[in-house]
Amino acid sequence: MPSFSRIRAIAEKEVFHILRDSSTLVIIFLMPLLQLIIFGYAMNMEIRQVPLLVDDLAMNSSSRALVDAFVNTDYFQLVPKEAGTLQPDELFRERRAQATLSIPKDFGASEQRVLLRIDASDPNSAQMIQNYALGIVNSTGIQTDAGIDLRAQILYNPDLKSSFFFVPGLIALILVMVCALLTSISISREKEMGTMEQILVSPVSATEILFGKVIPYLVLGLLDALIILAVGMLLFQVPFRGDFSVFLLFTFLYVLTSLCLGLLVSTVAKTQQAAMMMALGMTLLPTLLLSGYMFPISSMPVILQKLTYIIPASYYLQIIRGIMLKGNNIAQLYQAGLSLLGMSVLMLIVAARRFKLRLS
Amino acid sequence: MIHTSHLVKQFGSFKAVDEINLEIGRGEIFGFLGANGAGKTTTIRMLCGLLKPSSGEIRIDNLDIIKHSEQIKHKLGYMSQKFSLYPDLKAIENLQFYAGIYRVSFEPALIRLEPILEQFGLSSSLNALTRDLPMGYKQRLSLVAALMHDPPLVFLDEPTSGVDPQARREFWQVINDLAQSGKTIIVSTHFMDEAEYCHRVIIMQDGREVALGNPAELKQEYGSANMQELFLKVLGVSDAKL
Repeated sequence: MPSFSRIRAIAEKEVFHILRDSSTLVIIFLMPLLQLIIFGYAMNMEIRQVPLLVDDLAMNSSSRALVDAFVNTDYFQLVPKEAGTLQPDELFRERRAQATLSIPKDFGASEQRVLLRIDASDPNSAQMIQNYALGIVNSTGIQTDAGIDLRAQILYNPDLKSSFFFVPGLIALILVMVCALLTSISISREKEMGTMEQILVSPVSATEILFGKVIPYLVLGLLDALIILAVGMLLFQVPFRGDFSVFLLFTFLYVLTSLCLGLLVSTVAKTQQAAMMMALGMTLLPTLLLSGYMFPISSMPVILQKLTYIIPASYYLQIIRGIMLKGNNIAQLYQAGLSLLGMSVLMLIVAARRFKLRLS
Repeated sequence: MIHTSHLVKQFGSFKAVDEINLEIGRGEIFGFLGANGAGKTTTIRMLCGLLKPSSGEIRIDNLDIIKHSEQIKHKLGYMSQKFSLYPDLKAIENLQFYAGIYRVSFEPALIRLEPILEQFGLSSSLNALTRDLPMGYKQRLSLVAALMHDPPLVFLDEPTSGVDPQARREFWQVINDLAQSGKTIIVSTHFMDEAEYCHRVIIMQDGREVALGNPAELKQEYGSANMQELFLKVLGVSDAKL
């Protein structure tokens, strides 16, 4: 039976380390904030101020209404007229404009069609420019040549703000990275400094060491989650529609899973450096690519879809997006929560078995 | 207290410890002598359960070290070669930690160790951060930490390396007192003058025993004036390479 007093002795010592070691505090507080700001502003998937050249041959009230509709959004910015002498091809190559809008002479009378040319060397932006432009044209009430009138209603994120998408994703990404780093470094540091040797001579069991290491970081991880959430909401105006206690419960499970992943890493890594590389390697790219953070899981090949089952963030993303954007309750999230709990227990057992109480 | 027979530790094709047979009694100060790489640390690590022997047997208080490791761990204190207390903890916090993992009450343990703390001049430094203590004091603190749970058997792996002669003498005074109080002390050293403090020593070379016995008797047997000379003679080294 693990002894509570031994676990407490290890946990208390860990708290002293945390409070006195500035590098831990940097990992816990500074790193997440920097990541949030860098990722948040750099990975912005909205378009803004796209340089647009308008070639208005009609110059009547209808054409002016259309151009105004474009200008009045934040999405487009008119390119000065003098560039108008250039061919669209040259404009795009010289990066003077990313789109051109040609309005024919009889627009508003016999002619209803306008031509939008888009530079698609960056296909994602091109796609978005097209969508925004269509939206603007539709909003003016001018008919396009498509015969069907399709109106989509977009729920949960009506403005399709990408911050709604990446802030919950960043919480998932940052938490798993930070937590896996914390436990793996904390144990490998003791191996590197030789202090582990002194613990191994004592009657402490592997389970007691692991619990003693996890408990303080569990509190820290939750604190970290709250900070990222608060900063994310303040900087990027993401809503929080669910229940806070539901958030705490499921985030607790996710933090636990991430810490246990770090424990697993520490049973393999002998130095802090190795632990750091492994912890980052096992969390950063898999979470970015395979959790549904950037790319929808449903559009992945079947083999990769299966792989997402072992990525903790794929469960937490459902949870955090569900809570923040849809206001999900426990009943709607319990399956994802149980998966996280199962992963934690499994990793803890494997870590305890792999943890060597002797030197090699 | 300690019994080993045909103790062997092999790392790959390298035999770090080769057929060591020991019989160490209660209250004895037993010294491991030898150059670096002679197998002293490996042997001590096996004796305190940190390394698993490749073959051979170790019994401590008549208990097999593999089968009864849990029970044995309560009986032994260990001070490793490399300083291994937490530098970012206060001295007293380090002691508290060791009391905690051995599940002994801290206050009574501190009172019991008060004379040693006093003798070591540590009483006034207990609230200092461990990293700020001078090297000699760190070593002393390590010894006190190893004694928190009052173990009958204490392993000291090169406890006085990097410490000035005066501090070494004081350190050995405490070791002597501990042995007098009935504790068994296993110590490794490469200071030959320190061997004089031991009741018995084993001189090791390439993992093997080359001499074993009481320092005075060994000197007589080999006709050496001091331990340094004895050591060189036993190892068959003509000039002082050390």
